[in-house]
Amino acid sequence: MEGPVFSSRVAIGLRVNGTGHALDFDARTSLLDLLREHLGLTGTKKGCNRGECGACTVLLDGARLNACMVLAASADGREVTTVEGLAAGGRLHPVQQAFIDQDAFQCGFCTAGQIMSAVGCVREGHATSGEEIREWMSGNICRCSAYPQIAAAVAVAVAAAAAQGEI
Amino acid sequence: MRGFSYARARSVDDVVAGARDGDMALIAGGTELLNWARIGIERPRRVLDISGVPGLGGIEPLGDGGLRIGALAKLNQVALHAEVRARYPVLSQAILKSASAQLRNLATIGGNPLQRTRCAYFRSEDPATPCNKRQAGSGCAALHGLNERHAIFGWTEDCVATNPSDPAVALACLDATIVTEHASGRRRLPVRAFHTLPGDDPAAHTVLRSGELITAIEVGPPAPASAYIKVRERESYEFALVSAAAAVELVGDRIARARIALGGVAMRPWRLDQAERDLIGLRAGSPAAAEAVTAAFGTARPLALNAYKVPLARNTAIRALELAARTS
Repeated sequence: MEGPVFSSRVAIGLRVNGTGHALDFDARTSLLDLLREHLGLTGTKKGCNRGECGACTVLLDGARLNACMVLAASADGREVTTVEGLAAGGRLHPVQQAFIDQDAFQCGFCTAGQIMSAVGCVREGHATSGEEIREWMSGNICRCSAYPQIAAAVAVAVAAAAAQGEI
Repeated sequence: MRGFSYARARSVDDVVAGARDGDMALIAGGTELLNWARIGIERPRRVLDISGVPGLGGIEPLGDGGLRIGALAKLNQVALHAEVRARYPVLSQAILKSASAQLRNLATIGGNPLQRTRCAYFRSEDPATPCNKRQAGSGCAALHGLNERHAIFGWTEDCVATNPSDPAVALACLDATIVTEHASGRRRLPVRAFHTLPGDDPAAHTVLRSGELITAIEVGPPAPASAYIKVRERESYEFALVSAAAAVELVGDRIARARIALGGVAMRPWRLDQAERDLIGLRAGSPAAAEAVTAAFGTARPLALNAYKVPLARNTAIRALELAARTS
């Protein structure tokens, strides 16, 4: 029986924020580096690059995860949503608007990851109380410690998204 | 990171076939392997992606009332599964207290017990730091170093590290079984004996062989009266200082069966066998029950900086036992 065929270069098809891409890259490439270095989508931030800070959070087939911990090769045929893909028709996503309204960032480095994580948190239904929001948002570190405002923004976004029928 | 070549496995047979050529790492969730490769803990020449192998992601009932959890089931998927929540709350709780929501969407239940120690000397980016798990024979920097997070049971002078997995503690408490496939055949490995102690082999983490694939984890009959308590320096998204998984069966208010496993105290989930026997017939929550658990710590051997773990682990075990009993 023929075993799997190994290659140091990988070619995949990937949809990012609704646009299809055919990509060819070194097998070591992470999804984070693919987004930033190959596609120029620098909204997704590289913080720790080891799955600890959450700054690189994106949605892969709708599920939030750390893009630094995903081998890009494994994302063949899948759909990625980054912070660049949230706004629609010139209007910010309710989570983005809530982060502005609640003053939920200072330096801003963690913000894209916070927002993507919050979008996932709200969609999962894990934002029904302040306690639940803090627990399910704990994978996103904010060194400016804007946590009270971030938790408030997620709570506001839940209400706003529900009112607009977006969750 | 050293260069590697990549392929996707389409079947368990692909994994077994690929393993014959050696020097191959398996990747599923990737939340450990990529970090190992980045700092040189592993330097695979070939990486086989098993995340798309069909048939390994389901959660199904077993004939004995137990549950078969496919190795590729994501941690969040297992923790939020209705049967797991209702029948094995200790496992659901342990998973939800591990890692972050994002990592739990990536990491698999089969991969989780394979995570390696979080000892800072093992994870050092400086390869000159002595660590017998990084370089066999180089020594243990933690033995007389910064060891406040290290073992109080089962260590030797060659390694004083602990295993960081929360789910493994719950699975050990439940007497779960890890099912594997390998070129030499299928094995059924008790979770309790899956992780090696330094006295067995200071360089090893588990009994898994190169090229051996975890296909499923099986848990036995339901343990609805069970609970997991994790003690850490922040409330969420942190490794345990200590943790305790407990499952009880009561007749009236008397303990008919008790199982207790500790996390954060040894290189494997640490079952309190003698205490479990001594608890039979005692009243749940009684001073006598607390005394039976306390006696288990007579053999604890704290290091220079972690004596706090002895009372902390004892109190956590007593609380977990009482919480499990109240759940019934």
